[in-house]
Amino acid sequence: MPHDHNDDHSHSLLPPDPQLQVKAIETILSEKGLIDREALDAIIDVYQNQIGPQIGADIVARAWQEPAFKERLLADAEAVLGEMALSGRQGEHVVVVENTEDTHNLVVCTLCSCYPWPLLGIPPSWYKSDAYRRRAVHSPRSVLAEFGVELPEDKKIRVWDSTAEIRYLVLPERPAETAGLTDEALRGWVTRDSMIGTGFPKPPEAG
Amino acid sequence: MSNKPHDMGGLPGGAIVPDFGKEAVFKEGWHGRALALTLAAGALGRWNLDASRNARECLPADDYNRFSYYEKWLAGLTNLLVDHQLVSPDELRAGQANKEAADIVATPLPAAKVPAVLKKGGPTRRAIAAEPRFIVGDVVMTKSLSQISPQQNNHTRLPYYASVKKGVIIACHDAHILPDSHAHFKGEAPEYLYGVRFLAGDLFPNPERPGDEICLDLFESYLEPVKI
Repeated sequence: MPHDHNDDHSHSLLPPDPQLQVKAIETILSEKGLIDREALDAIIDVYQNQIGPQIGADIVARAWQEPAFKERLLADAEAVLGEMALSGRQGEHVVVVENTEDTHNLVVCTLCSCYPWPLLGIPPSWYKSDAYRRRAVHSPRSVLAEFGVELPEDKKIRVWDSTAEIRYLVLPERPAETAGLTDEALRGWVTRDSMIGTGFPKPPEAG
Repeated sequence: MSNKPHDMGGLPGGAIVPDFGKEAVFKEGWHGRALALTLAAGALGRWNLDASRNARECLPADDYNRFSYYEKWLAGLTNLLVDHQLVSPDELRAGQANKEAADIVATPLPAAKVPAVLKKGGPTRRAIAAEPRFIVGDVVMTKSLSQISPQQNNHTRLPYYASVKKGVIIACHDAHILPDSHAHFKGEAPEYLYGVRFLAGDLFPNPERPGDEICLDLFESYLEPVKI
């Protein structure tokens, strides 16, 4: 029976430099046969090279083009993503929320940094920062202003604080300028921030 | 008074530095390594994700506030490794394994299984016999943190800013593992999980716009019915 965790300080036995901490933990666990170093490389490869916001962008672009897909996605994203083999760690139970004329959605995790990994990858530093975690629920409008996003006063903001294992993806509104674009071109408009709620879709050449 | 330093929602904070999608996935080489070590050690099955979160939350406040994101991960991981007797304090001091120590029977996560393990993740939905206590549209009041988590170090997923506040049920997400129990190795104790919507004006004395909404996912035992 493992004993429960309580305030303890074993971590302070490690050297202060986190690079050396990593080296020490990796060496000890590897020498004890508790980790396979090639597995570490494989994990890094998945998050560095395989999953990322392009996956979420594909979903959004498809929802913009196929009304029936969008309807199912909003009603039961977990089933849809399961069928597409897009579930995974930190995205086992996904809910997609739609921006509309009246409502803008914004996603945060105030208690840690929960984020839909299989759809957006590993969250950026600002998403994990104390500033964002502190302010997003109380001051979403001033937070958005720092991303260059201004909302009309009569548009409601709905902030989703990811306090359990449900992960949220924002379905941004499709810009009118994208009418007639091919699927490929459309995907280029879907920014990572537009799927968190801290941005809008924008033309790819705007960087 | 607030819970622990991680429970920071609603507090004043500094400026945010957007990256507009430009930041590298792992800004430093050791970031990816810290994440991979945490996942690979977690795959040994000695603890669960809730216990991992709890280990980070139980860091001394000075360390929690001072450490960068992945430093918190490394510190939490180190404490779990020692608590679960996979690594000894002497080994941490030496930076290498003690060759004299008895072997630990464990199967490390093999590289070939990594994609499948990450695809599978850790679904938390569980079937339970009980009926949900609340339905969509019900008005509820959240409990206080001292009602939910009488011991200071109990893990919970009710943030302080949303405690003792009135909200409305907007979704029932079926039953899920209860982190408050699971983090302390007291079983999965699944409960119904609800989407609960709060008005900014009901959560904060000085909201930007009282009609803005904040939605949280909260477990049934965090909630009391409100008679209207």
